[in-house]
Amino acid sequence: MATGDASDPRIAGIAKSIRVIPDFPKPGILFQDITTLLLHTKAFRDTIDLFVERYQGKGISVVAGVEARGFIFGPPIALAIGAKFVPMRKPNKLPGPVIAEEYSLEYGTDKMEMHEGAVEAGEKVLVIDDLIATGGTLGAAIRLLGRVGAHVVECACVIELPELKGRDRLGDTPLFVLVSSA
Amino acid sequence: MFAAENGLKGDPRLEAISRAIRVVPHFPKPGIMFQDITTLLLDHKAFKDTVEIFVDRYRDMDISVVAGVEARGFMFGPSIALAIGAKFVPLRKPRKLPGEVFSEEYVLEYGTDCLQMHVGAVQAGERAIVIDDLVATGGTLSAAIKLLERAGAEVVECGCVIGLPEVKGQRRLDGKPLYILVEPRDIDDCC
Repeated sequence: MATGDASDPRIAGIAKSIRVIPDFPKPGILFQDITTLLLHTKAFRDTIDLFVERYQGKGISVVAGVEARGFIFGPPIALAIGAKFVPMRKPNKLPGPVIAEEYSLEYGTDKMEMHEGAVEAGEKVLVIDDLIATGGTLGAAIRLLGRVGAHVVECACVIELPELKGRDRLGDTPLFVLVSSA
Repeated sequence: MFAAENGLKGDPRLEAISRAIRVVPHFPKPGIMFQDITTLLLDHKAFKDTVEIFVDRYRDMDISVVAGVEARGFMFGPSIALAIGAKFVPLRKPRKLPGEVFSEEYVLEYGTDCLQMHVGAVQAGERAIVIDDLVATGGTLSAAIKLLERAGAEVVECGCVIGLPEVKGQRRLDGKPLYILVEPRDIDDCC
């Protein structure tokens, strides 16, 4: 698993701009709030630049973003590297034919959907979300894309919560994060 | 107002944007011809052009806030914000934003819904635009405008990729200018 180069001065600015909200959505959870990063134009710009620098020129034709915060980071990256943007959504949001993948939550399961035909076999894909915790959501995205024959080259997140070992649920797919929040 | 009436008449980019949008009949319920922008996001040039048209319009208007409505407003707003040097502020469904929020209720066909914005995201006096993929009745955009005004911002304009017939001929929504790129398509127009 790769982490952004901690000596890159942009990383410190990005880390500082993330707000931590205790006890959200429930007691004991320290929520990593990226909305404050989006208010700092330089930090938001730097976040996108760091991903674009890593992924441009690598033949990636699809950026898949996980609803909803993956929709904030994914499209600017897709536009900059010349790729399609494909939203990975909660059930019943995407119109038209979809394929679905179930994944586990702490209690129960949820489903992720992708449009049929959005991604073709053999395409190289980058999966984006704001944060990786348990890796359940990203694991579902990787499986969905694999089912249509696409190759997920990497998962990229702004933040990782390493104690939750989300990396282990991604199989062979590498993970790249900018900030590790222990 | 439609972009074609405001300096972009005959602009080939608008035609390509319109053609890239897919119509899905009877979604989410019978009788609705859903304007699906996900196919626009698959067309790199058309998606890039969509963002560029908004950026060209807003870059010299001293806009410091781009507010995007969950969830499809998130697909267009941030790229515009980054290009014009503005903050991006997500306007979300209830209980998604973790911090202290302003809430604004609005009317649906059946029942009501609610839009929220973080307190402190926007300062009094800031000039803001609201971005969404589509405007139909304008209920959601009205709620968005109210949220921004409660924080003391000035909403300069609302920008949407698609404008449904209900807003055709209206240049304003709640007194705010409306800027729309394309009209909805019929299923017969589709490839």
